[in-house]
Amino acid sequence: MEGLTLSEAEQRYYCDLFSYCDTESTKKVASNGRVLELFRAAQLPNDVVMQIMEQCGATRLGYFGRSQFYIALKLVAVAQSGLPLRVESLNTVKDLPLPRFVMTKNEQESRHTALYSSDADNSASYSGVIPPPPGRIQVKKGSVSHDAVQQRTSTDQQESTSPVVSPQQSPPTSPHTWRKHNRHPSGGNNERPLAGPGPFWAPFSEAQPGSSTSSDPIWSGHSPPPHQENWVSFADTPPTSALLAMHPASVQDQTTVRTVASATTTNEIRRQSSSYDDPWKITDEQRQYYVNQFKTIQPDLNGFIPGSAAKEFFTKSKLPILELSHIWELSDFDKDGALTLDEFCAAFHLVVARKNGYDLPQKLPESLMPKLIDLEDSTEVGEQTGEVGYSSSPAEAPPSKSPSMPSLNQTWPELNQSSEQWETFSERSSSSQTLTQFDSNIAPADPDTAIVHPVPIRMTPSKIHMQEMELKRTGSADGYSSSDSYTSDPEQIGGTVTRQRSHSGTSPDNTAPPPPPPRPHPSHSRSSSLDMNRSFSVTPGQQQAGVVAYPPAVPPRPQPSQGAGPHVHRPVDAEGLIAHTSTSPQQIPEQPNFADFSQFEAFAVSGVNKEEDDEIETHSEVLQVEKPPDSASSLRVAKADGRVEDKAPANVPTSAGKGTTPLAPPPKPIRRRLKSEDELRPEAEEHTQKTGVIAAVLASQPSIPRSVGKDKKAIQASIRRNKETNTVLARLNSELQQQLKDVLEERISLEVQLEQLRPFSHL
Amino acid sequence: MAVCIAVIAKENYPLYIRSVPTENELKFHYTVHTSLDVVDEKISAMGKALVDQRELYLGLLYPTEDYKVYGYVTNSRVKFVMVVDSSNTALRDNEIRSMFRKLHNSYTDIMCNPFYNPGDRIHSRAFDNMVNSMMMQVC
Repeated sequence: MEGLTLSEAEQRYYCDLFSYCDTESTKKVASNGRVLELFRAAQLPNDVVMQIMEQCGATRLGYFGRSQFYIALKLVAVAQSGLPLRVESLNTVKDLPLPRFVMTKNEQESRHTALYSSDADNSASYSGVIPPPPGRIQVKKGSVSHDAVQQRTSTDQQESTSPVVSPQQSPPTSPHTWRKHNRHPSGGNNERPLAGPGPFWAPFSEAQPGSSTSSDPIWSGHSPPPHQENWVSFADTPPTSALLAMHPASVQDQTTVRTVASATTTNEIRRQSSSYDDPWKITDEQRQYYVNQFKTIQPDLNGFIPGSAAKEFFTKSKLPILELSHIWELSDFDKDGALTLDEFCAAFHLVVARKNGYDLPQKLPESLMPKLIDLEDSTEVGEQTGEVGYSSSPAEAPPSKSPSMPSLNQTWPELNQSSEQWETFSERSSSSQTLTQFDSNIAPADPDTAIVHPVPIRMTPSKIHMQEMELKRTGSADGYSSSDSYTSDPEQIGGTVTRQRSHSGTSPDNTAPPPPPPRPHPSHSRSSSLDMNRSFSVTPGQQQAGVVAYPPAVPPRPQPSQGAGPHVHRPVDAEGLIAHTSTSPQQIPEQPNFADFSQFEAFAVSGVNKEEDDEIETHSEVLQVEKPPDSASSLRVAKADGRVEDKAPANVPTSAGKGTTPLAPPPKPIRRRLKSEDELRPEAEEHTQKTGVIAAVLASQPSIPRSVGKDKKAIQASIRRNKETNTVLARLNSELQQQLKDVLEERISLEVQLEQLRPFSHL
Repeated sequence: MAVCIAVIAKENYPLYIRSVPTENELKFHYTVHTSLDVVDEKISAMGKALVDQRELYLGLLYPTEDYKVYGYVTNSRVKFVMVVDSSNTALRDNEIRSMFRKLHNSYTDIMCNPFYNPGDRIHSRAFDNMVNSMMMQVC
């Protein structure tokens, strides 16, 4: 058989199904009977099934090995999606939905029905045997839920089996249920679910109508309905064990408890393979419901629910206070005694789970981690992290997809505690701000670079981020730092902070928004460097294309048509460049300042060829900011940068007046001159200026229209310049980090002294 | 590493007491109880003056040949009493302070829980975990 490539979800699903069919626990062969059942459940015509079996090679072999089984499953999916059955289609068909299996008859099903009665829509397979729950729902709630349930069941069947959303979870869950009930001869778990729905549904009539019913339509039909009724009523106590399709937590419990020893391993495999079906993930409907409930207590979705109100609300769920207390502990992430929307959803979700018999986890599952609302709005990680597919129990929280967010979440408590020295107990509630404060505390401590706001910036260039930065440049540093600190990995923060420092230190004139100039859009950086390209007719087409649109005409550098002084032109040029694609007139004024622009151009050229346009962009941003006030200094800085870029810093001093390339000669002498000027300045200023110049250069670059087909030399020059810039910035970075370390050490030593000096009056 | 950690309410009844299980726990309970007298003595000696963080830490209440007892009182007169093994000489005062600080932080976390009624026994798992981390690891 040809090789079979499966997506991750498919892999897991197939593995689950194989385990299910692997009744003899051989892990190699799926029992024919079970497989045939499965295929029948796929609701395919018999001849198609025969065809599938033929094609997967089982008829040849006489049994279903794992590969045959997988191929067969894939063919089932192909057939179900209406595509012709062909072996070649196995690997060519992309985005194939998972094969759907409908359990029609099974004595297990009869057990399941009661068990999953509430999960009417969760298992499309149970559509045939679902009537009881909807009926119950109908009884309890009247038409609303029933209709919704019916509607849900129908829609559920039509939906593909992607394990993410609840309606689509049914197919994946059905194998779970099958398996589960296969392996559990009987036992409390089965009975519990059976018993659960009964009492669970009984008191439902006392359900408080209120807002809950209004959201019933949304809920009914899936695992929501049971939850919904649970919540709605809050008059019923017996924690029903109606299983939530999306909560295999209990499934896992059951499986681990019940499974025969030989099956434990398969259960493990199954659990892990069911990672796509995150047990604690909140479905959209559920989330909507939670949000609505939140609104009833607190209309402002960004606000808090005070502890007392939350206590009342959750007390209605009739869970024991001890468990509610534990749920609160889990869900109140920032320990402030109030619930944000995310915390509230997490708490609600846990309450629902508990009411349905799921044990509470020891730690908050990843999918329930609250989003960092008080931070950047763009950090919409939140519950979506659970989708990544965390294997096994919800107690585990393996950060997989969104490492930054969960890891940062988890670091909060530690950071909070570690920072307790900087905060009194009264400040503990603002744990999220402690991080930002931490960052900002470092900034003022660094005097040399005159860092105003240590705004961590993303290390990776991001257009969106750059735009945000642009918008927020004048915004509060806290907003910056918080957002950025939480959008980037902790280890990035240091880097970003230092990086941002280097940028923020660019211009001494920068006061409020030192903000790291937004990552230069590649085009921008390139564009700014295009000046050089244009002038030098460099920039081979493709490479320069990314840079910026140079004006087709590449006015030779020495064309001082506009003859304004360097300083004067600089801002003008910068503006012109920054504003839009520069035109030749703009290029021309550069001529007199060609030194400056050559810097830019050289830089731009180098930037063109460089992948890292961040610096350029940031510099361009800084340049824009600094334009008015700091034109002269920035010019000089740019020149200094150009000097730096030209070669390694070591080379720069030595290559005084030497044209390294035919392209570079004009800028070089100027750079040399500027270099001397720079050397006269204090280091900090130089740094800032350098960065400012770099930014200026970068800023000019964006506006420079890209030229087409530039010389190799220009490219090389730009490469050189970029490298020099890199070295300069790296140097800056290391220096700043060193300063940071020094300051931190000082602080620590001071704190130790303080501790020691405290009067030991108690002893 | 503490041998016994106790949280005493304002009215001098225990909210939470946890000892290293191998020892005779009753002995520790008695020790904590008697240490409350020392705590009260120190509190009254402090006067109503400033009740800053430093004075929340009461320090060594009294040493015996086997162990030392440290005390810490919060602004709401909730007392934390910690018994440490005397043989553990590596424990510096700073460490004790930090342990009490952690205890205090966890206690405030519990307080933030609206489902916790002040005066109830403490059943928080988070608190348990934190205390376990502080307890001596006895094989």
